[in-house]
Amino acid sequence: MSAAPLIGLGGAALVAIGLYGLIVGSDGLKRVLAFNILGGGMFLVFGAVARRGADGGFGGDPVPHALVITGIVVAFSATALAVALLNRLAAASAEEGKAPSDTPGGPS
Amino acid sequence: MSLFFDAALILLAIVVALKVVTGRDPLTDVIAFIAYGIVLTLVWVRLAAVDVALTEVAVGSGATGLVLLRAAGAAATAKQEARPGRVTKGLAALVSLVVFLLLAAAVLAWPKPQPSLALAVAEHLPATGLGNPITGVLIVFRALDTLLETVVLLLALVGIWALAPDRTGARAWSGTPAPLSGMTPSGAQVLLAQLLLPVGLLVTVYQFWAGANVPAGAFQGGAVLGAMWVLLLLARLAPLPRLEQPGLAVLVLAGPFAFLATGLAGWVWAGGFLDYPEGIEKPVIIVVEAAIVVSIGVTLGLLVLGPAGPQAADRPGADAS
Repeated sequence: MSAAPLIGLGGAALVAIGLYGLIVGSDGLKRVLAFNILGGGMFLVFGAVARRGADGGFGGDPVPHALVITGIVVAFSATALAVALLNRLAAASAEEGKAPSDTPGGPS
Repeated sequence: MSLFFDAALILLAIVVALKVVTGRDPLTDVIAFIAYGIVLTLVWVRLAAVDVALTEVAVGSGATGLVLLRAAGAAATAKQEARPGRVTKGLAALVSLVVFLLLAAAVLAWPKPQPSLALAVAEHLPATGLGNPITGVLIVFRALDTLLETVVLLLALVGIWALAPDRTGARAWSGTPAPLSGMTPSGAQVLLAQLLLPVGLLVTVYQFWAGANVPAGAFQGGAVLGAMWVLLLLARLAPLPRLEQPGLAVLVLAGPFAFLATGLAGWVWAGGFLDYPEGIEKPVIIVVEAAIVVSIGVTLGLLVLGPAGPQAADRPGADAS
């Protein structure tokens, strides 16, 4: 067995772990982390395919490599947006939680 | 022997991924995720995909990790939703197992020979004047993907800036983001920033320049540039950016618009969108890539910084600049 199928199987396992975490995650950050693990595993499966397609003097098929590079940058953009949403949500629920409890406590 | 090494790497990635998914402390989970990215980087090197490895370590592990680290503090204070019960966990495990088996079957039942575009790339690469096939695919053969990728970064930035809390009397998309760290930087941090900055800038220029022929490129270089900016901000050697500065918008838009302008000019000088003029492909590509490096660096930094904080409007003289 060469490296490509082994890494492909590993990528499949990482996809499964990420999917599990995405479903059972108990907060937003956990789900974002799990989604990124899933994505990393999927990229590896694609990378293993690219390795098998090595030809023309290259170590792998360059087209999947370029697609994965694009994918990593897009995944980062989505993660940054998701994190900004989470931070805003946390700030909004903190304000919401503060407003009623401040009333008996006097000036804050 | 190398197979043993690959197996150990994959096993390490799986263990770290399990740690991220099952951990209970947000900060530890995020640090484990950064480690996961670094392990994946080594796996990409083993797959002979050094360009991908550089992107993974810079963007997938570094920049993503930094963004997540900023969220870890907020997640710790956020109220927890109810943890899923045993039935949900069992079903989730079952679904994941089925997905794994399907993917594994797909991996083991690969077509022979593997369909590949490597020969087509090798055949047409000399026409681009580039030596690195992946840069060739990114900037020439599938330039539309890369153009839209820079637009996706812009869209994410617009989305994040739109999340700034409302401030009375302030212009939209103005003010400064919250500082990266509430702590005063230590002497060691400042020294690190001062020492690393010239090295980082050199690495940026090298990645951009060498990316034409060896593994590296505009995105990796841009990520290093963004990291240098964040390092300066952490050490408080550079002021936080004011989002309404016109110069900032120019830096952010330079890459996508230079790319788009070249694409449109392609109709005039080569007869098609995103076609490069024959004979001077290389100089045109270098100009576009240089603009992309700067834009990627600034955009990544701004994505890490997040939306304008609420404190900016209260500061005296916040409207004058």
